[in-house]
Amino acid sequence: MLEVRGLAAIRSDRLVFGSVSFAVPAGGALLLVGPNGSGKSTLLRLLAGLGRAELGSVLWQGEEVLADRTGQGARVAYVGHQDAVKPGLTAAENLGRGAVPALAAMGLQRLADLPARMLSAGQKRRLALARLVLRQVPIWLLDEPTLGLDTASVARFGVMLAAHRAQGGVVVAATHLPLPLPEASEFAFA
Amino acid sequence: MLRRDLRLSLRHGSDTLAALLFFVLTASLFPLAIGPAPETLARLAPGIVWVCALLAALLPLDRLFGADFEDGTLDQLLLSGQPPAMVAAMKALGHWLTTGVPLLLAAGPVALMLGMQAEVVPALLAGLLLGTALLSLFGMTGASLVLGARRGGVLLPLLVLPLVAPVLIFGVAAADAVASGQSPRAHLLLLAALLAAALPLCPLAGGAGLRSAAE
Repeated sequence: MLEVRGLAAIRSDRLVFGSVSFAVPAGGALLLVGPNGSGKSTLLRLLAGLGRAELGSVLWQGEEVLADRTGQGARVAYVGHQDAVKPGLTAAENLGRGAVPALAAMGLQRLADLPARMLSAGQKRRLALARLVLRQVPIWLLDEPTLGLDTASVARFGVMLAAHRAQGGVVVAATHLPLPLPEASEFAFA
Repeated sequence: MLRRDLRLSLRHGSDTLAALLFFVLTASLFPLAIGPAPETLARLAPGIVWVCALLAALLPLDRLFGADFEDGTLDQLLLSGQPPAMVAAMKALGHWLTTGVPLLLAAGPVALMLGMQAEVVPALLAGLLLGTALLSLFGMTGASLVLGARRGGVLLPLLVLPLVAPVLIFGVAAADAVASGQSPRAHLLLLAALLAAALPLCPLAGGAGLRSAAE
């Protein structure tokens, strides 16, 4: 279970959000909704241990996690706005070891040996999502994960999400588009 | 991660090649500017090789973390479960292997081209071996600190050059000592001591820089 208590973030002397609290049970999903600039991305980076919280705590299985940000990094998979895809490497090389099943999960197996610079924006995003399968971690943090994806890919991504949740994984996603996350709770930013 | 960086730099060899060409070209400008008198050139050769190698090693620093920072790879590296200091250390090692080692290989021929006596070359190379490793460590630290800053490229040499000034002084002194018939041991030991201090400290500082850049 992922639990957030009274979290507050300040960026360049401006309060992004104050006192965010929620809990996501094992196998659960949480959608972060709110207007642009309301702090959804900041919260996701903070949960990943990339950002710094001003106040509050994040608990995973009842233990505080923000004190050990390296340890928290090993527990989460994060898909941000950038795809972290190196154009000079092939799709398979971008993922590294165990790439084949991960590529297949997003329907990219035929593009495995293609340099990533030849991929379209949607295909790069699919490659970034394929990395989720590879990580084998309990917490998925997704920032607009389906931006630029076609319907078939969104369906494939839905299968991935369902498999992850069936194994007891947790998903926290910020999005403006409908995501294939049945029975997800919502957290609305002001 | 190191393998991935090396594969990337092998595939676009331009960064390594640019540093190497810069080194060889600037060093070969000196005979044109100073005049080809062999004794003058031989006297200046250690200094020329060192300054050119130092500036050439600075060239690729700007992109050391820049590309990773912009395309989101840095976030993924910090989430890999490795401590940030480890990520920084691997980057420094990558910089040394792709820039320091080629410079080291080119330094011998360049020094001989400038008319350096053959018996001075081993001391010069021994100094450069330690020196390029130090340049990679200090350079990586500087690059991580200016990451995300506007005009970081301008700030970077200002930050790194004062740090590497002692490296330059002892490196040139080692070669000069041999040229004047003394032992280069003291100067090389001082360089080794600098390296022993920088080896654990620079990755820690670099890791902290990466953390704050990601925030």
